[in-house]
Amino acid sequence: MALRRAVEPAVEASRGRTVLQVRGVAKRFSNGTLAVTGVDLDLCAGEFASLLGPSGCGKSTLLRMIAGLGDPSAGRIEWPTTDHDSHGRPMRDVSFVFQEATLMPWATAERNVMLPLILKRVPARQAAARADAALAAVGLGSFLHAYPRELSGGMKMRVSIARALVTEPKILLMDEPFAALDEITRQKLNDDLLALWARQRFTVLFVTHSVFESVYLSQRIVVMAARPGRVIADVATDAPFPRDASFRTSPEYAASCRVVSAKLLEAIAS
Amino acid sequence: MTALMQDGTRESTRDGTDANALPPIVEERRWLYLNVTTWQKILAPVVIGLVVLGLWEFIVWKAEVPYYILPGPWRIFRTLITDWGTLSGSLWITLQITGLALLAAVLLGGLLSILFTQSKWLEFSLFPYAIILQVTPIVAIAPLIIIWVNDTLLSLLICAWIVAFFPILSNTILGLNSADHNLINLFQLYGASRWQTLRYLRLPAALPYFLGGLRISGGLALIGAVVAEFVAGSGGTASGLAFRILEAGYQLKIPRMFAALAMVSGAGIVIFLVLSLISHLLLRRWHESAIRREN
Repeated sequence: MALRRAVEPAVEASRGRTVLQVRGVAKRFSNGTLAVTGVDLDLCAGEFASLLGPSGCGKSTLLRMIAGLGDPSAGRIEWPTTDHDSHGRPMRDVSFVFQEATLMPWATAERNVMLPLILKRVPARQAAARADAALAAVGLGSFLHAYPRELSGGMKMRVSIARALVTEPKILLMDEPFAALDEITRQKLNDDLLALWARQRFTVLFVTHSVFESVYLSQRIVVMAARPGRVIADVATDAPFPRDASFRTSPEYAASCRVVSAKLLEAIAS
Repeated sequence: MTALMQDGTRESTRDGTDANALPPIVEERRWLYLNVTTWQKILAPVVIGLVVLGLWEFIVWKAEVPYYILPGPWRIFRTLITDWGTLSGSLWITLQITGLALLAAVLLGGLLSILFTQSKWLEFSLFPYAIILQVTPIVAIAPLIIIWVNDTLLSLLICAWIVAFFPILSNTILGLNSADHNLINLFQLYGASRWQTLRYLRLPAALPYFLGGLRISGGLALIGAVVAEFVAGSGGTASGLAFRILEAGYQLKIPRMFAALAMVSGAGIVIFLVLSLISHLLLRRWHESAIRREN
């Protein structure tokens, strides 16, 4: 409980500013499918939120629209704290982590992590230094010159996370990043992600279809239902951070899992 | 590789992750700088070749086939030595045409494929003509090219280029279009320019495809050079290997004809091996085709 008091004020203070506002967003694909409809969602600075729902509920579609990969058919996605470029487009300060590591196979881990900086025309020497630091932060300091094929699945995902964090983004968007990994690797990466988040305080929107993962990681779980994809619940999980393995066996965890599971069942039934 | 595995072990004891699940990459036993399987790959065809040549020599000797019908390998080899002066000069000319045609195919094929992937309209309008050029038999259009182009060497070069450039063009287009979709999204997300996407994503992704095309084109450039020279016949002032084959045929110097033929095949094999080596050296660190795994 002492811990809770130590952490909470920081969380509360950082919750002030809204960094992302989604208002009435809908997406209809060219084949007529309504993937997402009427989504409202606010994200506060430093928040860790999960998007949870059955397959096909449009969580990935929503995440991609937030990233700027495809425009919504209706509604607005706004960035209240973000500057706009000369064309009036928001200069999104976001990074994206895909379900697969999505690395360039012809480039070393270091080169892969340097990519976002190179594309933003950061000088190579500086980019390399920042990439090395980002790789060290995800525990891959001794694998700078390894090629993706020389790395295991979990290590590739770490490189992918390092690449996302190297630009120090305001928002980290993650699309079921650990879904393809084994349970042990997944739990380890969950812990490491929370540690990185505690240190760097970026905002996370984390898409998952695992109740347990979403409860373990997030402060807030947005539950979506399918056909058409929409938000049906927004559940806060108040357990304090840092969370560790003991949290998985705590009554708070079990209670949150029960609440979220019930919402997910509603989502599937509706 | 060993160093990496040691690192991996250390890493795994440190954080208990899946570092132990590193893909097993085979460390093979070596003999005279080459892997044991590489030796097997070299020795097996060499043994087959020697057996066939021995059988050939034996049949020619046993059945007393006259050498102007079918010379034995040993006689062909001796002719190769005695006629080396003329033949090597011709080989050099054929290789020059082949090399220049291949270079032109790489430059023009590469450039066109990049242009085609940058502009769909350019691809729609021009690609069908590239196919027409490819499916038209070179023997049929070579005489025209030789008539139209005054310089014999240049006309031969054009013929060889026509044959060689299509595999590079079509393979590179395929490669440029086969970059990982998520990586393309990632480049969009970071606001990459067209040029950056080409340089950092599409070109490297196309490299294995381009090299595959190059290996095919190397052989085709040689065939194109030889065929064009056959068509040009004795009219050609440049006298490459095909001209020597024709000449030896007219003069019934059959062993010399075989010697020149052996040189054409040998040149083709060397071109293939050199291009395969280049391909291996460029891809060995990352591409699946150059990786050997244990399982």
